[in-house]
Amino acid sequence: MTTTPLDKTSALPLGKSGLSHDAVYWIGFCVVLALLIAAPLVLSEFWRRFLTEVLIWGLLAMSSDLLIGYTGIVSFGHSAFFGLGMYGAAGALLLVSPPNLWLAMLFGLAGAAGAALFVAYFSTRLRDIYFAITTLIFSQIFYVIIFTWTAVTGGENGLIFDRPHLSIPFLYNARFTSTTMHWFVLAVVTASYLILRRITQSPFGMVLQSIRENEFRTRAIGYPVQRYKIVAVMLSGLFAGLAGVLYAIQNEFAAPDFVFFLTSGDTVIYNVMGGVGTLVGPIVGAGFFQLVRQLLAEVFGDQFPYLIPLGIIFIVMIIFLPQGLLGFARRWLNK
Amino acid sequence: MGAIGQFFHAIPLDLIIIQTVNGLVTGMILALIASGLTLIFGIMDVVNFAHGELFMLGAYIGFVVYVATGSFWLALVGSSLVVAILGAALQIATLRPLIGRDPLNTILVTFGISLILQNYALWQFGSTVRRVPQPVNQQFTLFYLQYPWYRILIAGLSAAIISAFWAFLKYGKFGIWIRATAQDRVMAQAMGIPVPWVFTGVFAIGAAMAAASGVLFAPLVGVSHTMGLDWILQAFIVVVVGGMGNLGGSIVAAIFISLLEAYASIWLDPSQAVILSFVVLILTLLFRPTGLFASATR
Repeated sequence: MTTTPLDKTSALPLGKSGLSHDAVYWIGFCVVLALLIAAPLVLSEFWRRFLTEVLIWGLLAMSSDLLIGYTGIVSFGHSAFFGLGMYGAAGALLLVSPPNLWLAMLFGLAGAAGAALFVAYFSTRLRDIYFAITTLIFSQIFYVIIFTWTAVTGGENGLIFDRPHLSIPFLYNARFTSTTMHWFVLAVVTASYLILRRITQSPFGMVLQSIRENEFRTRAIGYPVQRYKIVAVMLSGLFAGLAGVLYAIQNEFAAPDFVFFLTSGDTVIYNVMGGVGTLVGPIVGAGFFQLVRQLLAEVFGDQFPYLIPLGIIFIVMIIFLPQGLLGFARRWLNK
Repeated sequence: MGAIGQFFHAIPLDLIIIQTVNGLVTGMILALIASGLTLIFGIMDVVNFAHGELFMLGAYIGFVVYVATGSFWLALVGSSLVVAILGAALQIATLRPLIGRDPLNTILVTFGISLILQNYALWQFGSTVRRVPQPVNQQFTLFYLQYPWYRILIAGLSAAIISAFWAFLKYGKFGIWIRATAQDRVMAQAMGIPVPWVFTGVFAIGAAMAAASGVLFAPLVGVSHTMGLDWILQAFIVVVVGGMGNLGGSIVAAIFISLLEAYASIWLDPSQAVILSFVVLILTLLFRPTGLFASATR
């Protein structure tokens, strides 16, 4: 298969040089990674935070891509996993002293896993739009609980806490700066990407893709489709929870707004804009969305209802560019 | 015997009757919203995420017309018409190109529409809650409460709109077209029914019903840009519990869930009573995944 030109790699002189797909892929991967590592050293404080946040939203969107792009089921409930990750991290940081980064992650992942198990068990009984609606409603259950259980979750005000130190046992222990925060987030997102990519290329991932292509036939071959879907939702929920933990650490608060289903909607928008079924597409989509939003705010002021033009772009993209920005490279990226 | 007597004594009968009335009133508004939603789904395979926003926009337009003319009833009719036209335009512009694609695309598009409409309302009207006075101010005595007749009127009007719509589906020419399209899209087209226009019409009718319920509901709590969000979730629950695309099922489910929440809020905080409807939904999904009143299997 000829190599499709893809972002940075096309600039390199390897188009016709006969390098294998793998080589081009990994060179591209390293170039993008190197750029992202170098980015905080050049960018201003504001854009550094911006880029970090894009990566976090990208991780959330990427986790949802495992369902949308690879299993063919659209979850409108990722805000629950994201939020539980957030509140789990908040719990660990508030209860245990001194606050520990890894414990926060563990708590966040446990929270997200609990939510994911609950949502997965019920919603995978249904298909297509029924799945989408039930995940939405289940995420709202968590929202209502978090919003009304003021004694534990702080209710409407959410929870505020201090950022833990970046600590690697016996090696390193220091306060997060915005640069090390960026690198930390980048490391987690990169690792998640590689794990998710491995999952989608594993036999398990192949079964998921076969469910996406033809669920009935997959069941007829003898795969327990619902069990596969439950595992897929749980995996996806874990990575979404990880994004929640990162967001909580980056911003030092947990708020019920993020559990509200509009967050799930944003997640789906990132996916569609960037291109489903590519894993990197959702990150690009998140970046595109946040960049347009930021540019609109710079040009028209903070009060500008940025979601109106973005909503129009989104609708136009669904109608005319359903594959998203990276759709053209989809086969190549999954090879 | 004594224990049972005490148990019945502990139930506040007056409260229960009051909450029954309250539940029926909210139930009828919810039924009006949900029947538009289930109609659009049953005929077009479109899950209309923007339905709550059409409800909200209907309330705002009703408010604008009311301020301009001073007549609530003019606001009701005017808002329904405007939102129907808007709905038709939205359907032609965004949903018609998606006919024949995966229904999931329609969720995404209508979600986009809902974001646009909601932010437009926030931008245009700000976050202050707008008040629309009740057109009927008389009250009657219900135990210790002065209960407004207007609420009863809402329930009656909702029921009337739903019945009129049902009769229209059954006897009107366009209604027969709609039912034919729902039954077999390809055959309907072969018989000369303009299916794309039936879709547009159905969306417009559903939008008008949402707008009408928005205007009817506006005097109770006021108009705000987030009012659609609260109702769309309730409406989704109702539509799933009633069986998607099943008009009668949605109406029964709407009343059932509203009554349940009304009774629950005797003992619970109203915001927690919502969880009860979630429980109903979970039980429905566990035991009757196609809805309590579904006829067809999915």
